[in-house]
Amino acid sequence: MAQMNMIEAIRSALDVVMEKDSNVVVLGEDIGYFGGVFRCTEGLQQKYGEHRVIDAPIAEGGIIGAAIGMGVNGLRPVAEIQFADYIYPGFDQVVSELARLRYRSCGEFFSPVTIRTPCGGGIRGGQTHSQSPEAIFAHVSGIRIVMPSNPYDAKGLLISSIESDDPVIFFEPKRIYHGPFDGDPDKPAVSWASHPKGEVPEDWYTVPLGTADVVRPGTELTIVTYGTLVHVAEAAADETGVDAEIIDVRTIAPLDVSTLTESVCKTGRCLIAHEATQFCGYGGELTATIQKHCFYHLEVPILRVAGWDTPYPHAFEWQYFPGKKRMAAGIREVMEGG
Amino acid sequence: MANKSRLHIPRPTARPGDEPDFSYLHLSPAGSVDRPPVDTRTRDMEDLSHQLVRVLDDDHRAQGPWNPDIDAAGLQVALRWMLLNRVFDDRMWQIQRQGRISFYMQAAGEEAVSIGQGMALRPGDMCFPSYRNQGLYLYRGVSLVDMMCQCLSNTRDMCKGRQLPVMYHSRSANVFSISGNLGTQYPHAVGWAMAAAIKGEDHIAASWIGDGSTAEADFHHALTFAAVYQAPVILNVVNNQWAISTFQGFAGGERRSFAARGLGLGIPGIRVDGNDLLAIYAVTQWAADRARGGGGPTLIELVTYRAGAHSTSDDPSKYRPKDEYSAFPLGDPIERLKQHLITAGHWSGKKHSMLEKDLKAEVLAAWKEAQQHGTMTEGPFLDPATMFDDVFAETPAHLESQRQRMLEVES
Repeated sequence: MAQMNMIEAIRSALDVVMEKDSNVVVLGEDIGYFGGVFRCTEGLQQKYGEHRVIDAPIAEGGIIGAAIGMGVNGLRPVAEIQFADYIYPGFDQVVSELARLRYRSCGEFFSPVTIRTPCGGGIRGGQTHSQSPEAIFAHVSGIRIVMPSNPYDAKGLLISSIESDDPVIFFEPKRIYHGPFDGDPDKPAVSWASHPKGEVPEDWYTVPLGTADVVRPGTELTIVTYGTLVHVAEAAADETGVDAEIIDVRTIAPLDVSTLTESVCKTGRCLIAHEATQFCGYGGELTATIQKHCFYHLEVPILRVAGWDTPYPHAFEWQYFPGKKRMAAGIREVMEGG
Repeated sequence: MANKSRLHIPRPTARPGDEPDFSYLHLSPAGSVDRPPVDTRTRDMEDLSHQLVRVLDDDHRAQGPWNPDIDAAGLQVALRWMLLNRVFDDRMWQIQRQGRISFYMQAAGEEAVSIGQGMALRPGDMCFPSYRNQGLYLYRGVSLVDMMCQCLSNTRDMCKGRQLPVMYHSRSANVFSISGNLGTQYPHAVGWAMAAAIKGEDHIAASWIGDGSTAEADFHHALTFAAVYQAPVILNVVNNQWAISTFQGFAGGERRSFAARGLGLGIPGIRVDGNDLLAIYAVTQWAADRARGGGGPTLIELVTYRAGAHSTSDDPSKYRPKDEYSAFPLGDPIERLKQHLITAGHWSGKKHSMLEKDLKAEVLAAWKEAQQHGTMTEGPFLDPATMFDDVFAETPAHLESQRQRMLEVES
């Protein structure tokens, strides 16, 4: 075991799979010689060479399109899109090609591309470096969507993603790259060093895709969330003193339904939280799924806490971000209702 | 120069009722264009992007340095495949008109592209076609019956009813799956070629796109990546003059050739007579040798004409002169190769008629066999439960549950 932050865990995952499988190649903007703007690929080009850690032109559609072709030719490409906000030029390649190739060719052709991309706000990134577009892609059939909330899961889920024969978009909540974040920007930053999930094996291991994690067991309320907000939910539960069961979805698509619904059937109350905008957001899908399975167990309506339905405003980041105060208010609302 | 800005709206030289006018097409005499060594620097052969490589002259003789010297037997094989492509298309077009398939796209007038280029590539080279490259599948051994069953979405459909007619694929023939979204296959070809180079293999990739689709971002992404990594890939623009109703000027073809699109990136461009099988074969072989020798990508523009409608859903009489094809200065690819063989004493009108008759019989027999696997109205039918397969490598729980739900509701 070693202490790793999320960046080190992601780098370790890449290193372990590249060592194990010479067909794994990494490509993206600034990822080679420089090691990536967030340093996730630092040192990999020196170790594996320029043919396997490939600096790419600034053309996300080209990166994803070329990665698809590489995958068809037997490689296992890991494409980095520098910010999730930059993924849209490659949208057609993801939706019409990557996600559908296996289906339309009845399995004759497939391309096991993993797209890694940092998402989410809280880093003063403004509207073009803060978005969480997971729901846009979760709506597309044929692609797996993953978002880890800690270094241990990040490494295990990334190895599973790369080794999966299905395409995966692996969203990395960049606010928690260096440490868990409880949603209070005025508090000193905390590192992963003292967090149990900062303990990461140096060798190969996997966290299976399609499994949610019960981060904290509880009896009074279920909070279903993922990414940065897992840590905000924990802090808000502590602050309110509510015995909340907190579930980290981890794999957004396909979704582990039973872990969620078993919990809500037990607690009878459910709060869903994500950083992305609320309207047509992933919380809507979670709400519909949970109410279908848990309707007669629910004491109160399911409540969503999400980003406001505006672009991510630079100067009002902390009014936009669903932080501890909004989460705690949501918990109180669900507990007081019914 | 007027002291005023302006907006230019491209207009074709002829619309319905007008005399066809191909004066805008720059032609070079057959045999007149130099054939540089394959390791020539791009800057030293820029002329190739606006001249027109032609081998067959107006008297049907092969001329000049690009003559690939294919023997008579080889040319007869090429003629057979081109003719099969046309006979197949004609039959499928009729079948669509009879309402027995939902949709079709023919390659009429462009058969030399798929057959000439298919012949110049090696079987291990990977093709990323567009929807008018059915000739590639045929040439590489996909059977007529399999092609027809795909168009019928029947029980032998390679796509299991998931794709429009003509969106074929064949892993064993190394011809990629046709998407229907235009131009998306171009960066795939470049990535495939990069992977071949990474793996140290000498296979190359080739892709095809229409003049209209060169306006898509994927075209430019592909060219950039191909140039940056010097990928072993042949990027072909099939300039058939028309993208449904928009003529090639709307893709920017009025001022520079499509072959010249790569010059700014250092990619050599060759403009070739797309109805001259010998010229097509020669330039493709040149580009393949260059790619296999580490010389990187080549952009080939094949100047041809879409002799038929864009698809069975299109009516070209609404936007171009009815007789435009008969005025096209590069003629018909099948007729030209036929006349070349006859002139050289290796073919005759009688042999051609017999071949055509044989191919029609072959296509008809295939159609009869294809229908045994189901038609749109007569069984056997595909099992709709299969629609939930292959979304993922293993079918996840939510899709299994939707499959059960569909079966309950439908039963």
